[in-house]
Amino acid sequence: MLTVSHICKGFDSKAVLKDISFQLDARETIVILGPSGCGKTTLLHLISGLEKIESGRILIDNRAISKPIPDVALILQNYGLLPWKTNLQNVALGLKIQGVSRKDRNTRARKILTDLGLAGRENDYPSVMSGGEQQRVAIARAYASEPRLLLMDEPFSSLDAITRENLQDTLLTTWLGTTVPYLLVTHSVEEAVFLGKRILILSGSPASIHEIFDNPGFGDIAYRRSSSYYELIRSIRHRIGEYW
Amino acid sequence: MIFIKRIVVPYVITILVVFLVWKVLAILLSRNVLPYPEDAIHAFLSALLTSEFWHHFAASAFRAVMAMIIGWGIAFPIGILMGSSHQVDKFLSPFVSMTYPIPKVVLLPVILLLFGLGDFSKIIIISLILGYQVLVATRDGVRGIQPQHLDSIRSLGANKWQLLWEGYLPAALPHGFTALRLNSGVSVAVLFFVESFATTEGLGYLIMDAWGQLDFNAMFVGIFGMSLLGVILNEGSNFLEKISCPWY
Repeated sequence: MLTVSHICKGFDSKAVLKDISFQLDARETIVILGPSGCGKTTLLHLISGLEKIESGRILIDNRAISKPIPDVALILQNYGLLPWKTNLQNVALGLKIQGVSRKDRNTRARKILTDLGLAGRENDYPSVMSGGEQQRVAIARAYASEPRLLLMDEPFSSLDAITRENLQDTLLTTWLGTTVPYLLVTHSVEEAVFLGKRILILSGSPASIHEIFDNPGFGDIAYRRSSSYYELIRSIRHRIGEYW
Repeated sequence: MIFIKRIVVPYVITILVVFLVWKVLAILLSRNVLPYPEDAIHAFLSALLTSEFWHHFAASAFRAVMAMIIGWGIAFPIGILMGSSHQVDKFLSPFVSMTYPIPKVVLLPVILLLFGLGDFSKIIIISLILGYQVLVATRDGVRGIQPQHLDSIRSLGANKWQLLWEGYLPAALPHGFTALRLNSGVSVAVLFFVESFATTEGLGYLIMDAWGQLDFNAMFVGIFGMSLLGVILNEGSNFLEKISCPWY
């Protein structure tokens, strides 16, 4: 469903990404694992259409991406919620931009907020929510437009360990229920192994994909307690020790 | 209750302190220069019952409010445009930087020549002074929007107008209102200046007229009136800011 082929990108003549290629299937999830500042965010911005690619091609369902489309939802680092909108308005914003009527978009936004455990918080502003709650609102907003692809930029990196695991569970459960494919970038090996059916190691300057790991145990909430989970983490740690 | 606690109590305390300091000063100086506060207050309270005072008050309030509406209404949108568009900013910013330091009051003769001696000129000069403050504050506020808020709106597929409406406009509102509120005092000051000539209406005229007649109690009626007007304008802009920016 998503095809990224040979893309390169630089800023002010400094190359950031070099010859990145991979495919994401319709029932799959990919986690891109890389150190901070290696170009992961840039890659997501390119796929979402926020930034222009220099060379190469990005296809979603065989359509080239040149600007943001409603089929692709992006969850930004630090959630990207608008402080001047209530949670309900934040969640409904994508639908509003697409021209969905107020009644319909509020109904849908309310339902998704309820599904994510935020019933009763519709009229609060993001500033009074905790980090974990804000991230739930951001996830609700991403799903509200019924996207065909979800992009997430270090969505849980600023949360405490318990909240992070809770939200990782929520994300996985939501994926199991909807199977909207997602592409998530992170610098946490544990997160990558829990959330990625395949794990791509991005590193170097300019960054390129060094290795791809298959993750057969993915897709089970209890995976975190299994030995195969720890084994994969160990072998990825071992391998990335060589490039990072 | 909250209204009394937040708004009434601070004003009552302030009035008491001013009263005491004033009383001491009036005793130290002489009664001819500075009337006793109770005399001035008595004059003011009696004036509040006359239609003459309210006639002057209304004339001043009309000029100030019109100036705030016009100044804000023109400056706020331009501030947003300058803050959000490089092209507009490149085009207008030399003009703003060059004219911003000029004290706008010095343009008064030009404005009087162009628009005559009536209310319109008075309103224009106040809105010009106010407008510059709103414009600069709004522009700088819009420039300071976190890029990720804009990215988040664009990533949802917003076009240029939707980005303006959902992003730049609400982000700019608190800055525009804060500038309006902070400069409501300046509006009253300039109001006094423009009402000190070529008019027989307004609190400024009342003060100048009383001064000419050495009627110091009447002068303080005008001064208290100015203060009352200032408070109303300040609280009014505060209220507008609260209802239009509930998240702030």
